[in-house]
Amino acid sequence: MSDSVDTANAGAGGVLEAVIGLEIHVQLATATKMFCGCELSFGEPPNTRTCPVCLGLPGSLPVANARAVHLGLMIGLALGSELAPRSIFHRKNYFYPDLPKGYQISQYDEPLCLGGHLGAVRIHRVHLEEDAAKLIHVGSSGRIHGSDASIVDFNRGGTPLAEIVTEPDLRSPEQASEWLKLLRSTLRRLGVSDVNMEEGSLRCDANISLRPAGTSGLGVKTELKNMNSFRFIERGIRAEIARQAEILRGGGQVVQETLHFDPASAAITSLRSKEEAHDYRYFPEPDLLPVTIDPGMIDAARADMSELPAERAERLRAEVGLNAESAQLLAFRGELGDYFEAALAAEREPAPEPQTLANWIAGELVARLAEGEDPAGSRVEPGAIAALVGLVGAKRVSVGAGRQVLDRLVSDGGEPEAIVEAEGLAAIGGGEDLAAIVAAALQANAEAAERVRGGNAKAIGPIVGHVMRETKGRADGTEVSRLIHEQLGV
Amino acid sequence: MSVTDIRELSAVAAAAEIGAGSLSAGELFSAYRERAAADRVAGPDGLNCFTWVAAGAPLTDVSGPLAGVPLAVKDLFCTEGVPSQSGSRILEGYLPPYTASAVSRLTEAGAALLAKTNQDEFAMGSSNENSAFGPVRNPWDRERVPGGSSGGSAAAVAAGLAPWALGTDTGGSIRQPAALCGIVGLKPTYGAVSRYGMIAFASSLDQAGPLTRDVCDAALLLSHMVGRDARDATSLEFPYAIELPTAERLDGVRLGVPEELTGAGVEPGVLEAFHASIVRAQELGALVSEVRLPHAPHALSAYYVIAPAECSSNLARFDGVRYGMRAEGALELVDMYTRTRHDGFGAEVKRRIMLGTYALSSGYYDAYYGRAQRVRTKIAEDFRSVFGEVDFIVTPTAPTVAFGLGEKTGDPLAMYLNDYCTVPMSLAGIPAISIPCGLSGGLPVGLQIAGPAFCENRLLETAHALELALDFDGTPARV
Repeated sequence: MSDSVDTANAGAGGVLEAVIGLEIHVQLATATKMFCGCELSFGEPPNTRTCPVCLGLPGSLPVANARAVHLGLMIGLALGSELAPRSIFHRKNYFYPDLPKGYQISQYDEPLCLGGHLGAVRIHRVHLEEDAAKLIHVGSSGRIHGSDASIVDFNRGGTPLAEIVTEPDLRSPEQASEWLKLLRSTLRRLGVSDVNMEEGSLRCDANISLRPAGTSGLGVKTELKNMNSFRFIERGIRAEIARQAEILRGGGQVVQETLHFDPASAAITSLRSKEEAHDYRYFPEPDLLPVTIDPGMIDAARADMSELPAERAERLRAEVGLNAESAQLLAFRGELGDYFEAALAAEREPAPEPQTLANWIAGELVARLAEGEDPAGSRVEPGAIAALVGLVGAKRVSVGAGRQVLDRLVSDGGEPEAIVEAEGLAAIGGGEDLAAIVAAALQANAEAAERVRGGNAKAIGPIVGHVMRETKGRADGTEVSRLIHEQLGV
Repeated sequence: MSVTDIRELSAVAAAAEIGAGSLSAGELFSAYRERAAADRVAGPDGLNCFTWVAAGAPLTDVSGPLAGVPLAVKDLFCTEGVPSQSGSRILEGYLPPYTASAVSRLTEAGAALLAKTNQDEFAMGSSNENSAFGPVRNPWDRERVPGGSSGGSAAAVAAGLAPWALGTDTGGSIRQPAALCGIVGLKPTYGAVSRYGMIAFASSLDQAGPLTRDVCDAALLLSHMVGRDARDATSLEFPYAIELPTAERLDGVRLGVPEELTGAGVEPGVLEAFHASIVRAQELGALVSEVRLPHAPHALSAYYVIAPAECSSNLARFDGVRYGMRAEGALELVDMYTRTRHDGFGAEVKRRIMLGTYALSSGYYDAYYGRAQRVRTKIAEDFRSVFGEVDFIVTPTAPTVAFGLGEKTGDPLAMYLNDYCTVPMSLAGIPAISIPCGLSGGLPVGLQIAGPAFCENRLLETAHALELALDFDGTPARV
């Protein structure tokens, strides 16, 4: 398949570059299975969501799920793919107990979607297929060979999958994991899947090869399977890169094979080599008609699409005025973006400055929540944080006091104005009150005051600290600093 | 009426008598059941038509159009709770949890399930000698085959053990046994009848159809089978209702005789009966001309790539994991697969699985499967072009009359040649009917009439007029 690479130069000292492509299986959030009317299973007792079709009983026939095609088109549109006016299902033939027909119905050389890109990574294709059943191996090994018995649960069998295949455009484990997060948030935003890696609704295999940095050929690749979390993806790819590098540096050759990553031991073991690779004997599925896509179906798919992360980031930047970093963060963590936009939409007075609001949400608020927690589920109403940031912006509450108000909002909820009132946290303005407190602070810290007057700017700290203690943090730091300098005449 | 009398009634006549109250559905069922059960019990001493016979009359709404007339059904149709093995050992003891759409449509219309009929294993064969239940014998001559693969259905109807029967046709499996047993067999347009619940042989070719004593019975049975089924993505809405034919003349009907299917390879006695029936057609007013189907001679080669390729995949599910037979003593998974399939499948099935597996293999796909599909397209184009000139094509159904048991079992290619005249229509997906047109050496000869897709009503009318004129006497076959 690939051009050969001169890895001889990759001996000791040569810099190697990783070339990584991903194959992602996404369970589609349809009501029923890909080719029958069984409802999808979410942990029901084994073999209760089955029928003659998904059990592959003699005489049963598949009928393609129109909703799965619809969701597949949404994915294609989101990735900027070319949507095939006509695509066909093939049979992929192999024997395994989790495959009741002895073949998987999948798409082969005429997939639903071709090409496209997400971020900097090009998409090769997107196609539809059915999931296999779940095998549970009883006995020590946990694999079929050496197990005492294997039990099949067909509840998962026939669940619709979209397989998304990238071009080999990724260069590092971190990049692969980051890009996969972008894909996941895109799919979640589309609503086409639960995209839960731990539960298997998003699964990722990686094709990995190495080449001398700066060259453009492709080395012999291996396919790494079974990485069911972002952490394992990074770890697995890193381990495989290290394994290949060691082989190449030792003058050896990488063997094209399918590998299994064991997250527990971080061990990589061979599932099968190219010599033992299946001949899947693909041929067009005669029980199904070609999938024909008309403009109406594409319009319907487009109408069902909400704004995608990349589009949202651009809008938050260009129209709302956030910096690129905040825009991307809020767009890719869609729940933060939703919360941010709800806060803006609350139209509180004084109006919060959008960038400051984004900083408070992504920084102060997120830091006070559990990791990954959706702020919409917290006690802090979006309108409340908008009001708080508005008060801080208008200097009616100092930043320090604002943090205290946020603590109260997180623990008890409520409205910032009321908390400020009840706790006496209103900012002490630039009037007589603050000037008197500054004067007292200068007196109490005469030595520091002398040093400031003598040009040591750092010596201002104890004086400001004194003012803040006296005002319980309600004073505005900039104003305090101005008053100190004014009273010291510097 | 005596038992012999009611068994003389055609299915259409029996349904009418029951509807008029002059015949009891229960009495009719008992008369057939008794004979069918006796044949089942007789085993090799009988005709061995059946794999299962009902213990009693099923609950049937006799007010339906099929009025409780008993129906024999080829083994490969899944019938809920009733053994359905497709003639194979590998499905030993298999009781489906559901009933095939074609069968349930008929029982809903009032047909009463009488029996399941013997067949070649997984419908692969032209003599019914490839059955786990043993061969079926031809009621015209017990030492001869009934044809296949729907041999049990054909022999049962010819022998009067069932008023009518359901069969399936992939490359001739309804038409050829109908011809060899002297009855009527119709393969409908591909997609006209749902395949849901038919244990598949070759998905792109399999079609269910009637095997009956006369053309009217075929029309009545077919009329309650056709139509779109949401469970079969390849099924189609039939464009009109199937009517009982009444035509007695063929004035202006253009019949084409393809020289490719009526020359060498067809035995003289068969050709003689065929040409005699063409003369009768002309006497009825038909216009007969020679036509060309230039790719038809390649049909058999293409068929024996496409059908095995599809069957190699369709039969992969018989792996011993979930149902049917599982070989004992396996050491591990692949060993269990191997032993089960080794023991469970017969020789012909294994031969075709291997042929098909080879044809689909990486590197051979284009040379075999791809090329066969291109030939198939050419054959369909031949027919389209010919149907611009004539209304129907007529050929002998099979190149020979019924041959001796064991005569061709050692020579698969000779056996395959028996489908020479029927396979082109299967590849084109067009409807074709076989009606008995005479005897050769005391054995029935079939006449095949084929027309464009969805021409079933016209096809039945033409067959009906010819049937009347030919006045074939099927009586010698009654046992």
